[in-house]
Amino acid sequence: MAGQSDCQLSVFSPEEIEFVAEDELVEIVPNLRMDSLNFICGDYGPFYPQIATQVPLWLAVALKKRGKCTIRPPQWMSIENLTQVLEGERDSHAFQPLPFHYVEISRLLFDHARDDIPDIYMVRSLIEDIRDVRFHKVETNLEKFTASSVTCKNMSAMEVNIIRAFAGRALEAFYKHENEQQVPDTDGIQDRQLQIPNDRPKRNLKPR
Amino acid sequence: MASGNGSVSMMDDYETLISTTDVELLKRAWRNEKAAPEILQYETALIQRIKEQIQLAEQNVEIFESNGIGSLTVSLYQMDLDRSQFLLRSYLRIRLQKIEKYLFHILKTDDQLNRLSRQEQVFARRCTDDLGSHLDETVLSRLPDNYQSVLKQSVTSEEDDMVPAPRLDTFVVCKARQYLSGLDFEPEYSTEIAELESDLLTFACYKFIKKPFEKGMIDLV
Repeated sequence: MAGQSDCQLSVFSPEEIEFVAEDELVEIVPNLRMDSLNFICGDYGPFYPQIATQVPLWLAVALKKRGKCTIRPPQWMSIENLTQVLEGERDSHAFQPLPFHYVEISRLLFDHARDDIPDIYMVRSLIEDIRDVRFHKVETNLEKFTASSVTCKNMSAMEVNIIRAFAGRALEAFYKHENEQQVPDTDGIQDRQLQIPNDRPKRNLKPR
Repeated sequence: MASGNGSVSMMDDYETLISTTDVELLKRAWRNEKAAPEILQYETALIQRIKEQIQLAEQNVEIFESNGIGSLTVSLYQMDLDRSQFLLRSYLRIRLQKIEKYLFHILKTDDQLNRLSRQEQVFARRCTDDLGSHLDETVLSRLPDNYQSVLKQSVTSEEDDMVPAPRLDTFVVCKARQYLSGLDFEPEYSTEIAELESDLLTFACYKFIKKPFEKGMIDLV
């Protein structure tokens, strides 16, 4: 997407977003006995073989890499749910509810826990389709930007990040041009409120 | 992602407060600092607590290693430590970047200067001195008398027009922690933003949401 490179200061890199996603909780079934882990980020365990427990994704992946657990794929990653979501995505302009970090979570699980996901090929292609449909929607939505603030219901972390720089600057430009004409100085603000209250809706937001 | 129903009661607030770890708070501070165009208030107490916890964890890892506790456990503790350290370093580093970028602007007003930690203030002062004398020596002293100021284009400038300031009209992505009505925003922006639903991702101009954001009612994403 155009124009992303020159504001490193405020944009998150995909790695940083993945880092944040690694704190999401998943359920694992350990195959070893281990005492509680009292981490800075919270307490997890104790771990008993075959007893499911919740841990952050990074810990699940670390244990999985060492062959110490199986990861239970989250509910939303079932074929039934994904099929439904995909249909919903195709049928409507709105974004279907999915976890904020669905891109990163599914990616990490595909990379590190492929044997724990039943029908992985199916699940994988469903998620890729959903992602494609949604990314396309994200891009077409850009054409409809007009307001001084825009909401993105159910948009995920990666999706927001893709358009952040571009959309941010586009909105900035809209705002600037609009205000050049209307607000020459602070007195102008009051005039504007009195004169053209009906010219523009209070909050010109598009539901999506 | 559970979405709240808009009204957060005092009890919920309290519950989240005690169940939120410092790492979670640091992550929020880090995200806000990264996304906001200007420098934010330094989280003195939080950073102090995090530093102490990191120190404790470092000691623990050393003790575990010398006690011969399983290498698996040690490596997991090390990973947790690495993650917290990454967040802390990244947080401090973004702030330093911002300080370097907006040096003269920050040093101009007490309001801005007080957002810095003591060490950051020392850093900012030293930086300004060095940069100022560097500019003097290399360029400014060779210019005509009227054009020798670091802060002004020429003596006729009424304001400090050579000081880069953060652009508060940048658009940011934000999410309100609770429903915000028009009363929560600055009255002068009432035509621009009248309300904000809780938990709804919104592109908004930073200055519109600055007031509720500084009160902690909004998170940047």
